Amino acid sequence: MGNLKQDLLVARDPEFTWEDEESLATCKSKYNGAKALLDMLEKEGVELIFGYPGGVLLTLYDALLDSSIKHILPRHEQSAVHAADAYARVSGKVGVCLATSGPGAANMVTGIANAYMDSVPLVVLTGQVPTHLLGTDSFQEVDITGMTLPITKHSYLVKDANDIPRIVKEAFYLASTGRPGPVLIDLPKDVMAAEVTSSCPEKVHLPSYKYFSKGNAGQIIEAAKAISQSKKPVVYAGGGVITSAAGPSLRQLIEKLNLPVVTTLMGIGSIPSSHPNLLGMVGMHGTVTANLAVNDCDLLIAIGVRFDDRVTSGLKHRFATKAKVIHIDIDPAEIGKVVRANIPIVGDARLVLEDLLPKVQVPETSAWWNQLRAWQRKYPLRYEQNGHLNPQMILEALGQIGGEHAIVTTDVGQHQMWAAQFYPVKVPRHFITSAGLGTMGFGFPAAIGAQFAKPDSLVFLVTGDGSFQMSIQELATTVQYNLPIKIILMNNGVLGMVRQLQKMFYNERFNQIQLHANPNFVKVAEAYGVKGLRVDKPEEVEPALITAIDYPGPFLLDFTISPDEVVLPMVPSGKVITEVLGGED
Amino acid sequence: MRHTLAVLVENNPGVLARISGLFSRRAYNIHSLAVCQTENPSLSIMTIVVEGDSQVIEQVTKQLHKLVVVHKVTNLSNEAVVDRELALIRVKVKQETRLEILQTVDIFRGRVVDLGRNSLTIELTGDEDKIDAFVRTMKTYGILELVRTGKIAIARSES
Ligand SMILES: Cc1ncc(C[n+]2csc(CCOP(=O)(O)OP(=O)(O)O)c2C)c(N)n1
Ligand SMILES: [Mg+2]
Repeated sequence: MGNLKQDLLVARDPEFTWEDEESLATCKSKYNGAKALLDMLEKEGVELIFGYPGGVLLTLYDALLDSSIKHILPRHEQSAVHAADAYARVSGKVGVCLATSGPGAANMVTGIANAYMDSVPLVVLTGQVPTHLLGTDSFQEVDITGMTLPITKHSYLVKDANDIPRIVKEAFYLASTGRPGPVLIDLPKDVMAAEVTSSCPEKVHLPSYKYFSKGNAGQIIEAAKAISQSKKPVVYAGGGVITSAAGPSLRQLIEKLNLPVVTTLMGIGSIPSSHPNLLGMVGMHGTVTANLAVNDCDLLIAIGVRFDDRVTSGLKHRFATKAKVIHIDIDPAEIGKVVRANIPIVGDARLVLEDLLPKVQVPETSAWWNQLRAWQRKYPLRYEQNGHLNPQMILEALGQIGGEHAIVTTDVGQHQMWAAQFYPVKVPRHFITSAGLGTMGFGFPAAIGAQFAKPDSLVFLVTGDGSFQMSIQELATTVQYNLPIKIILMNNGVLGMVRQLQKMFYNERFNQIQLHANPNFVKVAEAYGVKGLRVDKPEEVEPALITAIDYPGPFLLDFTISPDEVVLPMVPSGKVITEVLGGED
Repeated sequence: MRHTLAVLVENNPGVLARISGLFSRRAYNIHSLAVCQTENPSLSIMTIVVEGDSQVIEQVTKQLHKLVVVHKVTNLSNEAVVDRELALIRVKVKQETRLEILQTVDIFRGRVVDLGRNSLTIELTGDEDKIDAFVRTMKTYGILELVRTGKIAIARSES
């Protein structure tokens, strides 16, 4: 067997196997699985993928050299998924990411779960060991299709290279239609090297898969009647409004009928923050008015929402008990999953709203509005101006200076909730946050994905000192690709959200929330070649933001804030809205 | 309440894992599950007996429908059906009990399919109640081994 070329290759790459010899010899000439895969990605309109190489992907990375597809190299596979996820959320296109078998694939699991929870269209590509080694616990083998079964919309383990064109086409179709979600394609090494003679099918043939678009006409008439007759209606808008581009239709509806609106965390941006009919976010850290409105309404118009327990406090029998519920959602399984719906409408939110608009009459809501305005006066979102640097003040300044087209990505913790409460989001797809899974470490790679989706937009990352350190290695990625992301680090020296819970509900018995050995973040940034500046005083906020924004590259602003700041108002989990803490003026 | 679902699925590796994974993840209770290929070799039929109120069954049905490998879900509890289960039961026999057991097998329309020195193996088909009743009777003689297929069911044809 041994010849010099082989020996050299083996010496160079410990992951080298004899099949590499074969692929090396043939990949230049043969139309193989890897080339078919890349051709299909091009056909699907993919411009870039976020990936990380490894042994079983060598054939694919070789083929990538001859492809028009741009490959971005984040510094962790989890970042590759998060970046693809945010790329999809910002652009509305399907995000694509790639990792090698075993550890690479396993590193993507959290990211896949994140995209699944927030219904983000992704095609996740994983390398796999050669088919003849499957099931033998071979080097870098994990059963990734098995591991991700409950967190993917669908998945494929490709056993025949000729299936690649069909499978890729199906994967994009499944990921992007109906309720979007991640679809995984597991690609064994030999399959990528094998010859492909099949061609791309004209049409997707999936007889068992259907999704809804238009809502049932009869149900829409029922909904129109209920809305026209309501006295205390509230629209409860979620991520589905943004996914289906229903924002403008929703706006028409609420303006025509003068309806109040609350949004979920995922629904932020569906209606501009300055809109007079918007009562704010609903749920655990929502505005008191939004929560009281839902609690007291006689008609709840739920659009593209899933009655998450961060909204209902997990008390479905005590949520909006006085209300008739209209539930509009593209996923039939969401209807009736948590809260009974009196008028269920399965369909695309935009199409349903377009059909609904001409059929509704203006309900008499002046008394209701008087009540809502009184609550707004009594319970404004507010914070104490104590001469120190407040997180809320930073976010308000950021909103003013950033303008309406800036994109904000967040991490998870107190800073996330402050951003949701205080950053004025004007446009859909401009507030990118890990809602359903609450994944610390999401924000930074998400900012990278967002910047690739909108290279000319201003992208802010709002992060915490805990979350940032879960993805801090991505500083290298921002430098390598010169991404002018502005990092707004809310540095409180603690895992603030956990500390808040220990403070409020565990008698201040603090445990494991001190980040004692925090680095000097400005110096860390500088070590990577990223500009940094520390900000300690309120009067420094504005000039610092302007400096960062004016700078042409990535910039880190390290804001020192007090660990004692808390996110208010708060409906403790398991409590009804009337038991809200810190709401009253 | 128990419901019997007939789930028509693709006949591919991994399909069973998708279905059983869905049930365990969402904490639905499977009472029994029987799978086999249909007359169309690319499709399998699963007869799943599941425990739950009507709201749970509605969710189960909707969640099953979301799986790309599921073609059709029919709740057979809403229809007139023929349902059967097959059991193989090995019971202890003695000289004194042999005749009695054979008579019981006869009454239940079972068949003896294997004979040992101290045991009899009996095949019995029928609905769940009938098999339960037979098993109870055999317990008095001593059951050495018992396997049941779980329910399979088919809707009655229109007459
Ligand atoms: C991956 C992950 N691990 C743990 C948690 C639990 N958790 C939620 S918020 C939080 C603290 C976040 O700290 P930091 O990023 O500094 O934000 P802060 O709350 O201080 O603003 C933790 C540990 C989580 N959401 N995600
Ligand atoms: Mg912190």
